Amino acid sequence: MVAISKIATGNGHGEDSPYFDGWKAYETNPFHPIDRPDGVIQMGLAENQLCFNFIKKWVMEHPEASLCSAEGVNKFKETALFQDYHGMPEFREAVAKFMGKVRGGRVKFDPDRIVMSGGATGAHEMVAFCLADPGEAFLVPTPYYPGFDRDLSWRTGVELVPVVCESSNNFKITRAALEAAYEKAKEANLRVKGLLITNPSNPLGTILDQDTLKGIVKFINEKNIHLIGDEIYAATVFMEPEFVSISEIIEEVECNRDLIHIVYSLSKDMGFPGFRVGIVYSYNDAVVSCARKMSSFGLVSSQTQHLIAKMLSDDDFVDRFIVESKEQLLKRHKYFTLSLSQVGIGSLKSNAGLFIWMDLRKLLKEKTFDAEMDLWRVIINEVKLNVSPGSSFHCDEPGWFRVCFANMDDNTMEVALLRITTFMHKHNEAMVPRKLCRRASLKLSLSRRRDDFMSPNMMSPHSPIPQSPLVRART
Amino acid sequence: MLSSKASCNSHGQDSSYFLGWQLYENNPFHEVENPTGIIQMGLAENQLSFDLVESWLRKNPDVMELKKGGESVFRELALFQDYHGLPTFKNELVEYMAKIRGNKVKFDPNNLVLAAGATSANETLIFCLADPGEAILLPTPYYPGFDRDLKWRTGVEIVPVHCWSSNGFRITMFALEEAYERAQKLNLKVKGVLITNPSNPLGTTMTKEELDHLITFAVAKNIHVISDEVFSGTVFDSPGFISILEAAMDRNLENTDVWSRIHIVYSLSKDLGLPGFRVGMIYSNNKTVVGASTKMSSFGLVSSQTQYLLTNVLASKRFTSKYMKENQKRLKKRKEMLVSGLKKSGIECLKSNAGLFCWVDMRHLLSSNTLEAETKLWNQMVCDVGLNISPGSSFHCSEPGWFRVCFANMSRGTLQVAMRRIKDFVERSNFMGRIKMNYQQNMSSLSRKLLSNWVRKLSSPDPNEHER
Repeated sequence: MVAISKIATGNGHGEDSPYFDGWKAYETNPFHPIDRPDGVIQMGLAENQLCFNFIKKWVMEHPEASLCSAEGVNKFKETALFQDYHGMPEFREAVAKFMGKVRGGRVKFDPDRIVMSGGATGAHEMVAFCLADPGEAFLVPTPYYPGFDRDLSWRTGVELVPVVCESSNNFKITRAALEAAYEKAKEANLRVKGLLITNPSNPLGTILDQDTLKGIVKFINEKNIHLIGDEIYAATVFMEPEFVSISEIIEEVECNRDLIHIVYSLSKDMGFPGFRVGIVYSYNDAVVSCARKMSSFGLVSSQTQHLIAKMLSDDDFVDRFIVESKEQLLKRHKYFTLSLSQVGIGSLKSNAGLFIWMDLRKLLKEKTFDAEMDLWRVIINEVKLNVSPGSSFHCDEPGWFRVCFANMDDNTMEVALLRITTFMHKHNEAMVPRKLCRRASLKLSLSRRRDDFMSPNMMSPHSPIPQSPLVRART
Repeated sequence: MLSSKASCNSHGQDSSYFLGWQLYENNPFHEVENPTGIIQMGLAENQLSFDLVESWLRKNPDVMELKKGGESVFRELALFQDYHGLPTFKNELVEYMAKIRGNKVKFDPNNLVLAAGATSANETLIFCLADPGEAILLPTPYYPGFDRDLKWRTGVEIVPVHCWSSNGFRITMFALEEAYERAQKLNLKVKGVLITNPSNPLGTTMTKEELDHLITFAVAKNIHVISDEVFSGTVFDSPGFISILEAAMDRNLENTDVWSRIHIVYSLSKDLGLPGFRVGMIYSNNKTVVGASTKMSSFGLVSSQTQYLLTNVLASKRFTSKYMKENQKRLKKRKEMLVSGLKKSGIECLKSNAGLFCWVDMRHLLSSNTLEAETKLWNQMVCDVGLNISPGSSFHCSEPGWFRVCFANMSRGTLQVAMRRIKDFVERSNFMGRIKMNYQQNMSSLSRKLLSNWVRKLSSPDPNEHER
C-alpha cells in the first residue's frame, strides 16, 4: 500500500489532546433538559450564544442582507460570481469599522489591509506560512489555546516554543519569561521568527495591561521578530480594565510596523463560528500581498460577506450589540463565579472571554499532571461536565481547568452549578454554606428538537460537532 | 524577514494567465460605458444559467432568509462549524454528483469532505498524499492555478506529462512513462498523477482508453490518481462523460488496492456558476485520506449559511434536472457560436464537448513557431485587439500557438463584438502579410529592410480603429 504523506499519517492535527477527548464524552452522552437530563454538559466549547435573539431580530428585519427580497435576488448573480480574493469592498469597510468600534474608536483600521481567511484557524496558518519557514519557530505564552498546535505547526512545519507563565504572578507575561523562551529556542537551534499573543487571553479570560504590551513591543523590536496579536475576543471584554489593542500601543511606542500583525474573526465576538469569517490584518505591505494570494485557499463565502457587510454597516445595530453583548457576558460571568466561590471554588480574576480559568489545585491528590487527569476524569464521568484540563493548554502547573459559560442557556447553567455544588459537598468533609444562589423556579424551557437538517445527535445546548474528532482520528 | 514562500513567486501570479486579468481589470469592456475596453475571455465562469437559479430563489424566499418552516434557523447555522459538514448538504451533493454521472457511480456521503472551493480541495489532497519534495505528474496543457494550488505551500513538485496536438492532446501510455522516467532522473519520487476531466483548457472529456491507461499506470507504479472533475456538469455533447471511478468499476477494481488510491475533486463553481460561494469537495474511498483531509478542512470550511442555501437548492430534484438539461443546451449553443465565429476568421478550435472555453489553434498567426511569437501574438490580442484570451504557454502547453478562449462568461452581444474584433484583426494581418510577401519577392534587400520597418509601424494600429 503506497504511503500517503507524513502530515496525513502523523498526529500534528493535535486531536489526540484531552481537549478533544472531553468532547467525545459529551458527544456520546450529550445533556438535554428533557431527553437526557443526566447527560454531560458541554463546558469545553468557547462559544458565545448569549446574544442570538438580538441578532436574529436584525436578520429578520433586514431580508435584503440575506439576498432574498426582490431587489436582493437581483444581487444574487453578482454575489455568486464574486470570487475576488480582495474581498467585497463593503465587507472590508464594515469589518474595519467594526474592529475600530470594538476598540472604543481609539484606532482606525484600513480596509485595504484586511485579508480574508477560513476563520481564525485559517488566518493563523496563513500568517505562519507567510512569516516562517519549516523548522523555524514562534514563541507562544502558556497557557495557550490547544488548536495552535495544529493551526501554526501542522502543515507549516513551524515549531512552537512556550513562554512559560506562572500562577504566582497571575500568568503575567514577563520579560524574563520571554528572554528565557528565546534562549531556549536558540539552544535548540531554532530560529525564532515571531511571538504570538492572544489578547484577551484564551484560556485565562484576562487582558494584557499597557505596561506588559509595551514591554512585548519593545522585546520584539529588539529581537527583530514578528508580533502576532490574536484579538478574536476583543469584544468580549465585559468589565474594567478596558481592552488595549496592539494597534493602539504601536501609536504610542517606537515600533517597526512591518513586524505587527493582527488575527481576528467574528466567531467569538459575534458568535458566528459557522460563517467562517477570519481576518488577517497586517501593517506589513508584503505580508498583506502574500496573505491575500494565500487567502484563495480559504475565502469567505460571498453570500456571507454580503450578510456581514450589511449587518456591520448598521451603526445603530453594532453600537447596541456591543453594549448588549458585554452586559450579557458580565451577568453570566458574575453569576457563575459567585456561585462557584460559594462552594469554595476560585478562579483567576478575569474580565473577558467566554470562559473562566478555574482553580482546582487544592482538589488534586498530588501536584502532578496525572492527578489532574484523574480529577478531570472524575469531572467528566461523575459530575458529567466537559471542562478542559490545563495540561491541554500547555499550562505549567497542574490543577487549572478552563470552563466555558457562554455557550448554554440559563437553565443549563443552573444544572451545571447544581452538579458542581453537589460534587463539592461530597468532596468536602467540612460543611459548606447552604446559601446557594438558586433561582426561585427552574423554568424548564423546552428546547425543541432540531429538524433533521442537522445531525440527529444535535440538540440544544450542543456542541456543533456531532461526532467526536477523536473518533475520526482513530479511523 | 518573511518566509521563503512569501518572498518567492511560486504563487504563480506572474503568469501571463493572471497578467491578462490585470490588464482586463484596468480597462474592462462594457457595452455602453466602455465599448473599446478589453473583453474578458480568460475567465472560465458559467454565467449562462443564472436566471434559472434566480427563479428558484424567488419561489423559495424562506431559504435565503435562513428560515425553515417559517422559523429562523439563523442561530443553529451561525453555530454550526462541524468540519464534517451539514449531513443533509453532503447527501444532496452525492446525489447530484451521481446524477451528473448518469447514476453509473454511487457516492457515499461519509467519503465526501468539504473544502473552500476546488482550490482548497486540491491543495488539501496534495498535503495528504505527498511530502515536500515529492512529485505529482500532470498532463499538459493544464490549468495555471495548479502551480499555486499543488506546489506553493505544499512544497510538492509538478512533473508535466507532455501531450501533443498531433493526437488531439490525448494522454498516451508513452507520455506517462516518459514523464515518470524524467521524474526519476531528477530524483523525484512520484506519488500520483492528477488529471482534469473534462479537461481545462481543452474542453474535451477523456476517452475510455485514456482512463484505462491512467489506471493501468497507477496500478503498475503504485501511485495515486487524482481526478479533478469540476467541469463534469458542463458536458454538453457526445461522447458522454466517464468518471475515473466508473472506469475503475468497469474493470472490477473495487476491492483492489488502487481503489483506495483514486480520489476525485469537485466543486459547484463551474456547473452551477457559483464561484463566490466557495463550495469545493474531495471524494475518496481511502479512510485515512478522508480522515486527514476532514481535519485539514478546518482551514477552509464552507460557510454554514451557504451549505444551508445549497442543500435546499439541490434538494429540489425537478430544479436540478431542469437546470442540468437547460445549462448544457445553452453551453453547446454558445460554444458553437464561438467556433463558427472563429471559423469565419480562418481559425479552428480543437473539437470539444465540454467546459466553458475552447482550445483555439492560432499557430498559423504566429510569425514563427516559438514561445516568443506566441507571447507577441498574445500581447497583440490583449492590448490591440482588446481580448483577454489565455496563451497556451501559461497552461504549460508544449507547442506554441494555442489559446484558451472562454465563452460562457459574457452575453451574446459581447461575444459578437469579440468575434468581430478577431475578424478585423485577422483581415488586417492577412492584408499586411500579403503586402509583405509581394514586395519581398520583388524588392532588393535594402528596400526590404525599409519596408519591414514601415510594416512594423503599420501593424500596431490605433486601438480605436477596430470598432469601425
